Order: sequence, then structure tokens, then C-alpha cells
Amino acid sequence: MGEATTTAADREAVRAVLRQVVDPEIPVLTIDDIGILRGVEFEGATVVVTITPTYSGCPAMDLIKDEVTAALHGAGHADVEIRTVFSPAWTTDWMSTEAKHKLNEYGIAPPQPAGAERTPVLCPRCAADTTHVVSEFGSTACKALLVCDACKEPFDYFKEI
Amino acid sequence: MTGPEPVVAREPQGPTGEVEATLLTYLLRHADDNLVLSQRLGEWISNGPELEEDIALANVGIDFLGQARAIYTHAAEVEGAGRTEDDFAMLRPEREFTNCLLVEQPNGDFAQTMARQLFFDAYQLSLWEGLSRSQDATLAGIAAKAFKEARYHFRHSSMWVIRLGDGTEESHRRMQDGVDAMWRFTAELLTGDAVDALMVDQGIGVDPATFAAVWRSRIDDVFAAATLRVPDDPYQRMGGRTGFHTEHLGHLLSKLQWMQRTYPGLEW
Repeated sequence: MGEATTTAADREAVRAVLRQVVDPEIPVLTIDDIGILRGVEFEGATVVVTITPTYSGCPAMDLIKDEVTAALHGAGHADVEIRTVFSPAWTTDWMSTEAKHKLNEYGIAPPQPAGAERTPVLCPRCAADTTHVVSEFGSTACKALLVCDACKEPFDYFKEI
Repeated sequence: MTGPEPVVAREPQGPTGEVEATLLTYLLRHADDNLVLSQRLGEWISNGPELEEDIALANVGIDFLGQARAIYTHAAEVEGAGRTEDDFAMLRPEREFTNCLLVEQPNGDFAQTMARQLFFDAYQLSLWEGLSRSQDATLAGIAAKAFKEARYHFRHSSMWVIRLGDGTEESHRRMQDGVDAMWRFTAELLTGDAVDALMVDQGIGVDPATFAAVWRSRIDDVFAAATLRVPDDPYQRMGGRTGFHTEHLGHLLSKLQWMQRTYPGLEW
């Protein structure tokens, strides 16, 4: 902070702070889990955080920017700049296996591999593969609404993209 | 028929100025398409035929809005005159909007909305795929994301057109009526002009005429499954790209821009 050179350790310290920032809609996932956080750099004393939106119109991005700024201010970084990039295009393939497991535990079926034909989505409650899509557009743009034919419960599926 | 000059940058700088001015025009027409259609889809919120569709149309609309915002923001940078995405969306009058006529048409019933959506989604699939290879890196990035979202949009609209077309007597009649009403606005999507030509020259844009056949085959496939026919009437209406709009855009903008028109300069 204000030093002529910043080290990899400085950047890693910032990343550690940002890994605490959760997705406002899916609080079991951090912005790192989802792949929204793309990079951390120092430009002088300014911390430059690069993020990418999941869907073009994701309405949570403003809140995520606020939370990132607040988290970094809380960690003692007064100068924060957030840059949004569209490229490379965000894909659910960036989500880690651990993140997908957390999603499933939370009750949201995790995304299948992008670009492949979708196979039957497993119910996050009873694990049945007899589920059907009610709507490709669910509670948020990134999720579809399905119903389990076995336990009859509706659930969200994080769409592969 | 000639129209007004395309919207140009305020201070062209010479040879590169012409490219930048044309790029601005090019970006604005695609952002305008998205903004206007997003506004139309928003009109379905709380009025959807069923809750899931209320949400679906809103989500498609928000994808369009996000893409529009990104393109307007890039356009503002290209213009370099200090305008913002809000200036483009809220402060331009009807004759400066260069959206295609299709997107400003009224929602009508759900079938008409789906006809309009199908034609537009089939167009954007090809448009975004082409633009993802644009020499303008920002536009390419926006297009690559938009293409993935367009796949879901097209899946949604084609599914509905098939379901309604190959449905009951009433749903089939309404779906064919919707197709008949919207068909005359499709040629404009697939017709390139001088702006497109310069953008293609620069490796920035795509000529929509190059994917007219692909567009038609997508529509034919859906119509075959939906038991619908392409209208016989060869009449096609154009003009949106040069600022000549149908009556509908005026009403739409008067609502979209109401706050700024009533309280100029109002900010959050």
C-alpha cells in the first residue's frame, strides 16, 4: 500500500479477502467459487479488481461491486477500482467441483458441463433422476425451475452455459 | 426512399473518424434493438399468461437490457463526447433511434409476442456468432456472451411457437395470426446497408444478408413442426435503421423516457 513494488503475497492477501465475498443470491458460493472474480492487480496503491458478469443482465453485479469495495476498505485498502470484463465469456465450467457440491447441499442442482446435451438433472433433495423442467427461466436468469417426479418438490437448477 | 443521415459522432477526426462514426452508428442500432425489445418484454411483467412465463419473459428481457447497457457503454467510449449509456437510452428522440421495426411492434397476444421473439432470436443467433469474431475486442466479448444467452432465448421462443402452432384450433389460429402480423418486419433484419458494409470491411461487423438463408432454414424447421405457413404477402416494411419508425416507438419511448422528459436532469 503506497509501496513502489507489490508482491505476489500482497495480491494473494487481497484475493483471500475477496474469497469471503459471497454471491448475494446464492450465499453458499463466493464470487471466486462462481468465477465472477477474474483478477487482482495493484496499480500503485490502487487495488484493481477485475470481475465478469455471469449473464449479461445480471442485476446483482452492482451489489457485488459494493461488497467487493466494502471488503477491501475493511481490509485497509482505501483506493479500489473495479473493472468489468466480458471476455473470456463466463461459463459454468469455471465452477469448481467443491462449489457444485456446496450448491447441491444448498438445494440448487449444480450445472452440468456446458456445450453438451443436458442429461436428466438429479433432484438435490432425494437424488432421483426422474425430474422435469417447468421453466428454463427460474427465480434468476441463471437458473431453471424443475420439479422432482419422485419427491414432488420443486427446485432450481443452475443452467449450464 | 432516403432518410436522415445515420447518427454520427460529434467530432469525427478524419479517416479514422469516419470508421469511428460508423462504428458508433453500428453499435447504437444493436443496442437500440435490445433496449426496445427489453422494454416490450417488460410490459408482460405481472401480465404473463402463467407465472413461469411472466418470469421467463422478464429474464429474457433482462438479458437484452444487460447486453444493451454494455453496448451503449462501449458506444459512449467510441464517441468520446462524454455521453453515457443513460444519455443514449433516455435522451435521444425517436428519429435518432435505429432499432429495427420488428422490436417496437406491440406485444399483442402471447402468440404475437412469440412470433416477434422467434424471428428476432433466430436473427441474433447468427448476428452474435458472427460478431464474436469482430476485430473490435469489446464488441466480440459482448457478442460471445450474448450468443450463449441467445441459444436459450431461441430454445424458449421456438418451443412456444411449436406448442402453440401445433396446439388447439385457437392456439394455431392465434399463432398464425402472430406470424402474419410480424412477417413484414423480417426483411429489415436480413438486409445489409452501407453501415454494415463499412463495418464488414473493417472486420468489425457482419453483413446480415450473409445469414439470411440460415435464418430462413431455422424458421422453416420451426414452422414445419408447428404446422405453420410462411405468409404469401411479399410486402416488407423497412426504415428503422435510418430513424423512420412506426407509430409505436413514440409511445414506447414516451414511457421509457418519461422521468427524464418530465424532470430533465433527474438523478438517483
